[in-house]
Amino acid sequence: MYSTLDITSIRKDFPILEQVVNGKPLIYFDNAATTQKPQAVLDALSGYYGQDNANIHRGIHTLAERATAAFEDSRKALQAFINAPSADEVIFTYGTTDSINLVAQAYGRHFLKKGDEIIISTMEHHSNIVPWQMLCEEKGCLLKIIPINDAGELDMEAYELLLSEKTKLVSVVHVSNALGTINPVKEIIKKAHAVGAKVLLDGAQACSHLEIDVQDLDCDFYALSMHKIYGPTGMGALFGKREILDAMPPYRGGGEMIKEVTFAKTTYNELPYKFEAGTPNIADAIASKFALDYINQLGKNNIATYENELLNYATQAIGEVPGVKIVGQAKDKVSVLSFVIDGIHHQDIGVLLDQQGIAIRTGHHCTQPLMQRFGLSGTSRASFAVYNTTEEIDAFIQGLYKVRKMLG
Amino acid sequence: MTINEIQEDLIADFELFDDWESKYEYIIDMGKQLPAMDTQYKTEENIIKGCQSLVWLHAYMEDGKLMFSADSDAIIVRGLVSMLVKVLSGHSPEEIAQSDLYFLQAIGLHQHLAQTRSNGLASMVKQMRAYGYAFQAVK
Repeated sequence: MYSTLDITSIRKDFPILEQVVNGKPLIYFDNAATTQKPQAVLDALSGYYGQDNANIHRGIHTLAERATAAFEDSRKALQAFINAPSADEVIFTYGTTDSINLVAQAYGRHFLKKGDEIIISTMEHHSNIVPWQMLCEEKGCLLKIIPINDAGELDMEAYELLLSEKTKLVSVVHVSNALGTINPVKEIIKKAHAVGAKVLLDGAQACSHLEIDVQDLDCDFYALSMHKIYGPTGMGALFGKREILDAMPPYRGGGEMIKEVTFAKTTYNELPYKFEAGTPNIADAIASKFALDYINQLGKNNIATYENELLNYATQAIGEVPGVKIVGQAKDKVSVLSFVIDGIHHQDIGVLLDQQGIAIRTGHHCTQPLMQRFGLSGTSRASFAVYNTTEEIDAFIQGLYKVRKMLG
Repeated sequence: MTINEIQEDLIADFELFDDWESKYEYIIDMGKQLPAMDTQYKTEENIIKGCQSLVWLHAYMEDGKLMFSADSDAIIVRGLVSMLVKVLSGHSPEEIAQSDLYFLQAIGLHQHLAQTRSNGLASMVKQMRAYGYAFQAVK
């Protein structure tokens, strides 16, 4: 199947791409770190501040009503995007990290006790490691790690052996940011539920590439960031099943999250507001809907098909560059290409590609334990989005040849 | 030569390059020419950690002059380290403590200094000056 998207026209929606960096046309291959934003999102941001800016939920004036309606429309759009049963189960956060910390604080501190076990995997981002380490230290819980194979896939047999009645929470990444691996999360969830454990999925990398259906997955929590799916920074969400969210105490106090406050006792607001203390990130929340609309309009499947073409093209081309080794060769991958070149430090690759106008990510990708697993201090990572082209990949490969020549 | 005379020399060298490739080839060359650091000084306490690459810096006094030896695991950083050593090593602690390093800015490489988190170069410069102050006190 070939994609039918008109990439030339899509590129016109992203004004940032039309620029020259270090004398060369910008080639932006750092999409796993953050994607660029379409004009519709930029317009929504300035439109909000230019026309509708008001604090939401409490105001009775027209601007407040407009802002509130747009804010809640975004929640509904996100609900539809991940197929959550209701908009109340979609809590706005500042991103995936914030969402995971919310679960660690509000769920973990309340429901986990000494001796309970939390399972994560070797390929987790630091944001899905450190909050659990902090929780384990405080509560006396144990962190168990699912190992991976050399291709960068989870060892599912080992996972099953880790599961027991002590397992209270499994928190794994849906798609690896450093390797691109798509994990068999449905199976992970089923097996965790069989021992009575809850499951949180870190969806930061998955949402721009895959259809997300939290009901079909049956996950208990799903964390995501808007800035990785063509939306604004500082904006994300946590999906949680209603009965679990209802049972969780709030962990941040303030305005918005209360029903009634007296000095004797405060009662808390309902979902989702219970977890949204203070004035939220209104502008970015509102603009998020425009990012989701943009993706929906292109079609997730069309995007995935096209990105797969880019990945296959790049994988084949880079395989011909002498000394290159791809890190992460899972059967199921999104458009993330992590690699090392024999005898060349990843930082040198990044600096010399930048001189050619090519932006990639180098380093440990906030996955130091994963790098240790591969015996690496870091990799170079090119990650592709819907606006990238095979011509850009050609230029990137030429750039790598130049790097090799200069450092050889 | 004073610190500033060496800086002026480097700036003059870089004026000869009219494209990024020759500029970076020169830096890479400087990196390759930097004498290997004695492994006994490649210790944990001599490491200046960057997020992506490491820098080792060792300082010692010789005939009243403060000497530096340094290394990095990335070649471009090694080249920049080599330039910093060339500029600062072999001067009195006072001169080093008071030095104003303007050459990186002048040759358009200051962005590498700004990337504190990724390469530790800015910390290295700070550390070199700190050694200047420290050895000044010792003398």
